[in-house]
Amino acid sequence: MDDILQRIATCIERGKVNATSPYPPDLKGQDGAHELTKAALEMGVSPSEVLAQGLVVGMNSIGRKFSENKVFVPDLLMASKAMQAAMVHLKPFFESGEAKHRGTFIIGTVQGDLHDIGKNLVSMVMEGGGWEVIDLGVDVSTEKFLDALKSHPGSAVGLSALLTTTMVNMEKTVAAVRTQHPDTKIIVGGAPLTAEYAKKIGADAYAPDPQGALDYLVGAVA
Amino acid sequence: MKSIRDDIARKGILVSDGGWGTFLVAAGLGAGECPELWNVEHPDVVRNIAKSYADAGADIIMTNSFGGSRITLEPHGLARRAPELNEAAARLSREIAGNTLHVLASMGPTGKLLMMGDVAEEQLYEAFAEQAIALERGGADACSVETMAALDEAAIAVRAVKENTALEVVASFTFNMRTDTGYRTMMGVSIADMAAGMLNEGADILGANCSLGPVEMIEVIRDLRAAAPAVPILVHPNAGMPHRADDGGITYPETPQMMASRVPELIKAGANIIGGCCGTGPDHIRAIAAAVRDGLHSAGKS
Repeated sequence: MDDILQRIATCIERGKVNATSPYPPDLKGQDGAHELTKAALEMGVSPSEVLAQGLVVGMNSIGRKFSENKVFVPDLLMASKAMQAAMVHLKPFFESGEAKHRGTFIIGTVQGDLHDIGKNLVSMVMEGGGWEVIDLGVDVSTEKFLDALKSHPGSAVGLSALLTTTMVNMEKTVAAVRTQHPDTKIIVGGAPLTAEYAKKIGADAYAPDPQGALDYLVGAVA
Repeated sequence: MKSIRDDIARKGILVSDGGWGTFLVAAGLGAGECPELWNVEHPDVVRNIAKSYADAGADIIMTNSFGGSRITLEPHGLARRAPELNEAAARLSREIAGNTLHVLASMGPTGKLLMMGDVAEEQLYEAFAEQAIALERGGADACSVETMAALDEAAIAVRAVKENTALEVVASFTFNMRTDTGYRTMMGVSIADMAAGMLNEGADILGANCSLGPVEMIEVIRDLRAAAPAVPILVHPNAGMPHRADDGGITYPETPQMMASRVPELIKAGANIIGGCCGTGPDHIRAIAAAVRDGLHSAGKS
């Protein structure tokens, strides 16, 4: 059992989606995240174990290498493709309540900003870390963040911005969330941001990379 | 058509311009509004940006067309107006540049990732070709395929310009992380791979812009020069990382004097075109132009 979970983790870290996927070349022809996850569940491994010891381990490993500049965006994207292929098999168990998320994370690119690559990378790593992700998309108004918090009380919130002309819109959203939901953890990130800026606008944390967001929330909430 | 390469061969170093976005915002461009639409709706504002850089001593004026491909215009509902908006962008800068200055037209990335299947290669090619043709029609001398992170997208953009126009092409990437083996783009492209890939597509000039400040750019340009000994190199550093001002706005730490003080090292590292990216304005360009003149003057004396 440990062996198959380890193999799932490896497939996710290496971005091996399924048996027919040609990537990565050295795993060509072998089972991928899709087949192994299915097999593990059929063997009777609990969905929670598949999540915690397979998916989370694999995504955590690639997320950490990404923070250390040892791998890059394409590697993280391939890993998340493999993670999604595994997640398909776990979804019914989340819906039935047999498997539980670690928490709920609401994320969006702030008002006026249409960039989504950074936001998507954080979503992938959070989902791979066992969190339910509510992705509000791009150009998200303060009202939309507040509405999402109403529908998903107790969630953490992530705000993304790529432009210096839109990062200034984060402050308004942070202030509104603080006022209406004082206990909410708020993380901000994006190319022009710094820890200093995050602090000045009243966010709880600045995440320099996706794993940073996950690590902060695991520490803050768990 | 004026060749930037010929001019560099004659003068050694050219000065280009600084940021455009902050000007537009100061003039009232709202968050989420399409900057390229201002080429037809507020041409005076756009012309004024070009003029402020020409007055500051720039040899090269860029254009308000960074997000002008039909793919980036699409979320604004403006995809079909790509030819019109790009042609207007080049024409406005040309009006200010006259016959003496170069117009270097900006072409930014689409924000779509080929490897994720967000967009097909043919779609990218068509979009960049359409943009470049319109920029040439508006009077551009050259295109800068800039702020690039992915080798595949940049290669398609350079090819689209080369195959559909007579414009010179600058290929400028954004390097933003330092690894054990040097700087990389967010997609993991090294300086050596960028240089080889872009020269292979026929880029005339290589460059680095955005994200890094002038001190880090010295290292990037040194590595780029080592990877491409024979082509001109452009560098557009940011004025450092943005800070929150007391009024909730944004300020940048690098003053015009601080940036200008790095000009001799940038030239020594191998730069031939020096301007600025985010956070730089006419005062930065004026100081850089003065430093370039001083450098050429003292080089001539020695």
